[in-house]
Amino acid sequence: MAHMTTMPALEPRQDRTMILNMGPQHPSTHGVLRVLLEIDGENVVRIMPDIGYLHTGIEKTCEAKFYQQVVPLTDRIDYLCPMTNNLCYALAVEKLLGLEIPPKAQWLRVLLNELTRINSHLVWLGTHAMDIGALTVFLYCFREREDILRLFEAVSGQRMMTSYFRIGGVALEPPLDFFDRVRAFADRFPSKVDEYENLLTGNPIWVMRTKGVARITAEDAIALGASGPTLRGSGVDIDLRRDMPYSGYENFKFKVPIAQEGDVFARYQCRVQELRESIEIVKQALDGMPQGPIKADAPKVVLPDREKMKTQMEALIYHFKIITEGFAVPAGEVYQAVESPRGEMGYYVVSDGTAKPYRVHMRSACLANLQLLPKMCEGRLIADVVAAIGSIDIVLGEIDR
Amino acid sequence: MPFVPAITDLEQLKGHPAIARLQESIAGVVLGAKFDRDEMSIYIERSLIREACSFLRDDQTCPFNYLSDVTCVDWYPSEPRYEVVYHLLSISKKERVRLKVRLDGDNPALESVTSVWPSANFFEREVFDLFGVRFTGHPYLQRIQMPEDWEGHPLRKDYPVEGYR
Repeated sequence: MAHMTTMPALEPRQDRTMILNMGPQHPSTHGVLRVLLEIDGENVVRIMPDIGYLHTGIEKTCEAKFYQQVVPLTDRIDYLCPMTNNLCYALAVEKLLGLEIPPKAQWLRVLLNELTRINSHLVWLGTHAMDIGALTVFLYCFREREDILRLFEAVSGQRMMTSYFRIGGVALEPPLDFFDRVRAFADRFPSKVDEYENLLTGNPIWVMRTKGVARITAEDAIALGASGPTLRGSGVDIDLRRDMPYSGYENFKFKVPIAQEGDVFARYQCRVQELRESIEIVKQALDGMPQGPIKADAPKVVLPDREKMKTQMEALIYHFKIITEGFAVPAGEVYQAVESPRGEMGYYVVSDGTAKPYRVHMRSACLANLQLLPKMCEGRLIADVVAAIGSIDIVLGEIDR
Repeated sequence: MPFVPAITDLEQLKGHPAIARLQESIAGVVLGAKFDRDEMSIYIERSLIREACSFLRDDQTCPFNYLSDVTCVDWYPSEPRYEVVYHLLSISKKERVRLKVRLDGDNPALESVTSVWPSANFFEREVFDLFGVRFTGHPYLQRIQMPEDWEGHPLRKDYPVEGYR
C-alpha cells in the first residue's frame, strides 16, 4: 500500500498520547473530511484536518468551458446553496461585461438567495443537532426544507442543482402561482423556527453540549480568516449584504444577528436568528417585486426568448452564435464576494478577451473557516470536536472543489 | 454601466491612500498599479510582500486586517509567468484591495505571509499544490487537494485538462 505511507500523518509527541483517525467516512464530519487527532485519554492534544477527498478540479474545468457553461458547475461546488454560487459567478461576469441587470431579476435573485440561505441553514441545524444527539430536530428541519426544494423545482425545474441565475438575469419567468406559494411558506415558517427553538434553545442537554464549547475570540477568528456566522458568533459585526451590497440588497431592511461569546451556542444563535431575518427579506422581496423584464437587454450575451428565436432571423442568429461560439468578455479581472450561508463566498474571474474564462477561482468560506478547528478544539474533549465541526457548518464540496 | 478603460499609470493612482502610504514607508515596494472596474490592484516587489502585508494590516488609517484570499494565475507561455494574487479586506472601512506579485517561470518562490495572517496557511498550500509556487517560511507546505504522491501541478496552463493518461 504505497499510497498509504504518503498520506499526511501525525506522530504522537508524548508517550502517553495516541493518534486517532476520524473520517473521511464518518457521519459527523459532514461529508469526506478526515481529521487526525492526537489524544491523551479523552482529551485532544493536537488536531489536523485533512481535505481533498472530493477534489474534482472544477477550477481547471471552468477554463475549458464557455462563460455560460460554467454556471452549472457553480451549483456543484456547494450543493446546499447552489443559488448563492450562481449569483456570485453571474455577478462577477456581469461586472466584467459591464451589464446592467433589470430590477425584477435582481429582486428575484435576492428572494431566491434568501430561500437558499434558509435551505442551507435548515440542513446545518438538522445535522448539527443530530451530531450532538437531538435526532428529532433533523426531521423537523427536513420537513420545511422539502417545501423550499419544491419551490426551487417550480421555479427552475430542479430541486438542488438549479442553475437558475444566468449571466444577464435569470433563466425563466417564474410560474404563475409561484409568488403565492412563497408567501404561504413565508407566513408559516416563523412558527416553525419557534418549534426548532423550543426543542433546542432552552434544552439543558443542548446548552451543556454547546455553551462555552469550542470558543474562539474575535482576534483569532479574523486572523484565521473566518467569515459569516462563524465570525459574527465572535462579535465581529460584518455582513457583506449590508456592508458591501450587491444585487440590490441596499433596498432591503434587515438586522445582522451578532453574538459575543464565540462558542458553539453563539454560532447556533446567529444562524437561527438569520433564519428569521431571511424570511423577512423574502417578504419584503414579495411585497416590492417590480414588474418588467427578467433578462438584461444584451442580445449578444443573453439567449433570446424561444418565441423570438423561432420567428425572428436576428434572434436565431444570436442564439446560434452564443451556443456555438460563446461570447467574448473584455479582458480584465474581477473579485466578487457575496455573503453565502457559510460566509464570504468569492469568485475571482480573469478574462483574456476570449469566450472562455482564463481563470476562475472560488474563494471558499468553508476552507478558511476550517482553519479555526485546531484553535477551537485543542485541549478539549473528543465529543466537543463533533460539536465544533457542526458549528462551523462545512460543505466539503466547496472546500475541495 | 458604461465601460471605463483601466487606469494603469502609477502617477495617476499615487493619490490612492494604500499606495501613497506603502510608497512612503517602504522604499521600492510598489512596482505598478491598476484601477479597473472599481477594483484596485497593486503590484508589489517580490521580496517585500510580507512587509507590505504586515504594513497594510497594521495601518492606522485603513487597516486591511482581513485576508480574504490568496490565489495564482498562470500566464504561460509569457514571462514573468505567475501572478500570485492576494485579496485584502478592511473590516472597519469595508474596503478591498488586491496585491499582486509576479514570479518567473523557473523555480517560482516567494515569502509566506502566514506570519502576518495565519489564514494564509491553507490558501498558500493550495497555490503550492495546484501551481507549484513555493512559499518560504510556511509552517507546513504540503499538498492539500491532490494526493501526496501526485506528480505535476494541475492548474498550470501546460497541464492538460484531462490530465496525463
